[in-house]
Amino acid sequence: MSQASMAASVPDPQPDPDATPATNTRSAGRFLYVSGVVLLCAWVIVPIYFLMINTLSSPETVNSFPKPFFPEFDLGSLTFFAGFAGMLSALKNSVLVAGMTMVMSIVIGAPAGYALSRFEFRGKGTFRLLILLTRAFPLPLLALPLAVMFIRTGLDDTALGLALVHTTLAIPFSVLITFSLFSGIPIELEEAAWTLGCTRLTAFQKVVLPLILPGITASAIFAFVISWNEVFAAAVLTIENRTLTAFLLQNLDTSPLHLKFAGGFILVVPALIFIFAVRKYLFAMWGIANR
Amino acid sequence: MAEIQIKNVAKTFGAYQALHDINLTIADQEFMVLLGASGCGKSTLLRIIAGLETATSGEVWIGGRRIDHLSPKDRGIAMVFQNYAVFPHLTVFENIGFGLRMQKLPNDEVTRRVERTASLMHIDQLLKRYSGELSGGQRQRVAVARALAMEPDVILMDEPLSNLDALLRMEMRAELKGVLAESKTTAIYVTHDQVEAMSMADRISVMHQGRIVQAASPIEVYRNPSAEFVASFIGNPPMNFLRAKPAGAGKWTVAGQLFDGPTADKPELQFAIRPEDMQPAAEGLKATAKVVEPLGAHLLVTCEIDGSLFRAVLDSDMTVRPGEVLTLAPQSNRVRWFDPETTLAVA
Repeated sequence: MSQASMAASVPDPQPDPDATPATNTRSAGRFLYVSGVVLLCAWVIVPIYFLMINTLSSPETVNSFPKPFFPEFDLGSLTFFAGFAGMLSALKNSVLVAGMTMVMSIVIGAPAGYALSRFEFRGKGTFRLLILLTRAFPLPLLALPLAVMFIRTGLDDTALGLALVHTTLAIPFSVLITFSLFSGIPIELEEAAWTLGCTRLTAFQKVVLPLILPGITASAIFAFVISWNEVFAAAVLTIENRTLTAFLLQNLDTSPLHLKFAGGFILVVPALIFIFAVRKYLFAMWGIANR
Repeated sequence: MAEIQIKNVAKTFGAYQALHDINLTIADQEFMVLLGASGCGKSTLLRIIAGLETATSGEVWIGGRRIDHLSPKDRGIAMVFQNYAVFPHLTVFENIGFGLRMQKLPNDEVTRRVERTASLMHIDQLLKRYSGELSGGQRQRVAVARALAMEPDVILMDEPLSNLDALLRMEMRAELKGVLAESKTTAIYVTHDQVEAMSMADRISVMHQGRIVQAASPIEVYRNPSAEFVASFIGNPPMNFLRAKPAGAGKWTVAGQLFDGPTADKPELQFAIRPEDMQPAAEGLKATAKVVEPLGAHLLVTCEIDGSLFRAVLDSDMTVRPGEVLTLAPQSNRVRWFDPETTLAVA
């Protein structure tokens, strides 16, 4: 596929004598554009492809050389992965923490998004900037004080404690996504509902909520993925109740190759599927029109 | 009975005064139009009556009940918005029935009222559709039907026709006027379109810079504008103004001609006349034609009198060439006088 598109865009070796410099520039620009796209796609897709091949091959094939280029659809590696001690409980922890993160980031983030979109208040611009700045602090910097505080309050090594940290990471996105969703709903719809007998609350329930529900779901899924993918805080703050990422990180050196591939695959796939499902709402977050 | 009284209503947005001490009484079943250019405060006043905006001071009464502290739902009003505000996730039926469902009316009553208002607005065929499947005109009909189904004391309309194309607007104008007259509802209608105002209103309130300049019947506003602003805002082309100098008791000189006028003791007045109230005559104002625009029904001549621009609407059978000097006589009972200092009319 990539060869075909490359060939199509390669300039003719014997240029048309009628070709003006402008068309030459244009085809050169097009060539650069297409090769850029191909390169970037390959950058993302090729590793995932290798991950998939090795996951869907038998442990023997994975550990042998040369490596195959096509999967043999053998579930040996995955079965081994599922049977690995502690793996299933780590998976369960991951789902639990991500689920809690999802709920908390929406419950806290959506009202903030609504306030940002509907009310004028002092320091609104600063507030929006601050929300983003929370992502500017490197987590390693916060990890030690957080760990100390969690141990003191008894939150260390619990799903709730980790979910709190992940919620902090996910909130900027849930606020920005819901802000953009609420802004997309004309205030007149709410005003019309008020004049038709609604209070602020019932108008929200009957008019705003049904319209924004798909977007809220997307924002929730995004929070889920953030928590699902997070490894640093998970590794620092949990010991017994490790999430999948932390568990894999811990066992990476000691485990066989096919286990690493299977674990990587299990981590990547849900994130990919979810992000793909909600991509148009992520564009909305940055104010890009849905295309 | 739903008489509306607006008492000393003022509104400030920060340092900006949007409304200055508005006093207005709208009779039961009256069709009142708030007319003015954008930013004159007409929408703000409507939104204060609706309860979507809070007045900085003053009171609003509907049917003898003070309502300015109530939330919109308790005021007995219904509102039609400029961009329709039809709920996109509900069918036309549920849109029209929305307010009735909020009142917890029984199902058969909701159905009866939705069907009645839908047929009144000629949208009975569309009841199962969603707003995404409707044209702008149809959405407008849904918005009006939704307001009417509430059977409100007062219906408030904020430029409801301004998003429609010209032909549809003319059609809806007549239809809306008929439907509202039949519903016996008091109506307040905000617009910047003077044709809409003239054709629909029982009374027009002309607003300018947060004040009501004149509140009177359309013909009164047109014939006897109370201030220069009204005279130049209403009418297309607007009223002409010429400087007048006193020439003895009740006599004024305008461009070298003597006219009977008010006996005011002023150093100068503005002589005002509508373009269609000028006739070619043997004696009158000397006007040099500058631009001649044949408009079919009549001839619009832009000319110069005494150094100021002057428009006259003449019979389309006349031939006028640019540069030609016309002698135009104003119809004496249509001449109005304004004080340039206060800009108010002088009797």
